[in-house]
Amino acid sequence: MQGYKADFPLLMQDKTVYIDNAATAQRPQCVINAVRDFYICHNANPLRGIYELSVQATEDYENARKAVRDFIGAASAQEIIFTRNTTESINLVAYSYGLSNLKQGDEVVVSIMEHHSDLLPWQMVCRQTGAELKFLECEKDGSLDLDKAEKLITDRTKIVAVTQLSNVLGREYPIEKLAEIAHRRNAVMVADGAQSTPHIPVDVKKLGVDFFAFSGHKLYGPMGIGVLYGSRELLEEMPPFLTGGEMIESVSRTSAVYAELPHKFEAGTVNAAGAGGGETGIDYVKSVGFEEIHGRELEVSAYAFEKMKEIAHINILGSEKAEEHNGILTFTVDNVHPHDVSEILAADGIAVRAGHHCAQPLLEYLGYRSTVRASFAFYNTKEDADRFLDSLSTVRERMGYGK
Amino acid sequence: MENRNFYNEILTEHNMHPDFKHDIEGADIVLDGINPSCGDEIQLKLKTDGDIITDGAFVGDGCAISQASTDIMLGMIIGQSKETALKYADTFMRMIRGEATDEEIDSLEEASALRDISHMPARVKCAMLGWRTLSEALKGK
Repeated sequence: MQGYKADFPLLMQDKTVYIDNAATAQRPQCVINAVRDFYICHNANPLRGIYELSVQATEDYENARKAVRDFIGAASAQEIIFTRNTTESINLVAYSYGLSNLKQGDEVVVSIMEHHSDLLPWQMVCRQTGAELKFLECEKDGSLDLDKAEKLITDRTKIVAVTQLSNVLGREYPIEKLAEIAHRRNAVMVADGAQSTPHIPVDVKKLGVDFFAFSGHKLYGPMGIGVLYGSRELLEEMPPFLTGGEMIESVSRTSAVYAELPHKFEAGTVNAAGAGGGETGIDYVKSVGFEEIHGRELEVSAYAFEKMKEIAHINILGSEKAEEHNGILTFTVDNVHPHDVSEILAADGIAVRAGHHCAQPLLEYLGYRSTVRASFAFYNTKEDADRFLDSLSTVRERMGYGK
Repeated sequence: MENRNFYNEILTEHNMHPDFKHDIEGADIVLDGINPSCGDEIQLKLKTDGDIITDGAFVGDGCAISQASTDIMLGMIIGQSKETALKYADTFMRMIRGEATDEEIDSLEEASALRDISHMPARVKCAMLGWRTLSEALKGK
């Protein structure tokens, strides 16, 4: 059965069982067309020329911004800043907001589940300002105890940064409640939406977040386009992250007047083709629908989850319930190093991720050095799961451990 | 892509039942080797008497390729001169890069079981870890 795979040219011409979707998704033909069409039909430097092509390129770019605004429920397109990826979005907040607002004695609270991209920028801020970094730890099943958050987030806390969905455990975290706690303490709430946006509908107003970062490439869009949502109130007060072309009103020999939002934060020539491709990715996700996406991912991943439990010597991290994994199954095989597991799976044509998944503190906290991660998308089928399971069940034998 | 049989018996045996994966007392050369991208790590310990490597062992954690390769290496170099050990290391690394002749590969005895790694770019670093650490240890002395 092809199902939605028919929309994805790579999946049609390559027989690999692609279950590394948490690293990056595949792109549907419509996204590839959108990027190509920009360069064929509308290519000019947006926001600059007054000739027709540049006007059109500008319009395409700004339409993409409006599509993102609608997708995440922002109040204004001026609150949508295009970046390269989630990492750059969070760095923007760290360098611009973090460095200008924090001082010695302040605290930044992150969760132990953070991807390195939502950890290292805060380490940098703390190093440079003398603020202290505090860790909100999860329970052994990956769940979060909000009472611990209540205790950890205090009047000293200035920033709370937490992922909406763990890239290792697949679990969703209560961002709305964390934002409420943070705001009660006058801290700003930063949410990492890199893993959540492909799986669940997001409404930044409902979540109450001050900043929300995500990437196009995990959302079936192109690589090299990401988004930072920031509340207008905060963005207005923040200094630029990068300076240079296209982010100014006027420049003299020694000073400059910066452009209005969002252009103040978009220095240099922008990725207009990427933004257009990202918009098409969003349209594609909307056309499939989150209910359908969620239903298909759960059906296939729950099937794999239950079958994995039946294979001896497999340990799955996180929740006992498949529905709390959002298609992300991270595991180990007793006595076999994760790189060897993924090598054997690769030899059978199955693409998974092995290693620390850019979340070394979490793995250390849970007592693992490295793990294997299979991450399912809505286009993956039960046949994909079966090929994965067939190969997985032979791993120990092929490493010399008998049946 | 089918049936890439690099996890052969020699490799899996050295991984499951290594001869030299333990600590030793009185080593005069100790060096850590690490592959930061995949987390393989070893600590190589050698005892030498003049020019001869009289004993050696390693402790560490990593994939089967990194651990077995280091174990096989120690079996080959203990009792050899430093010069011979470095020559083995040079030949091994050229084999992994796909640059060694069949004759040279045969001279590597058990280590030739890892020759197929040359077709697996993602695992080259794993196979090299022990040998790279050995070269650094001996050249640094």
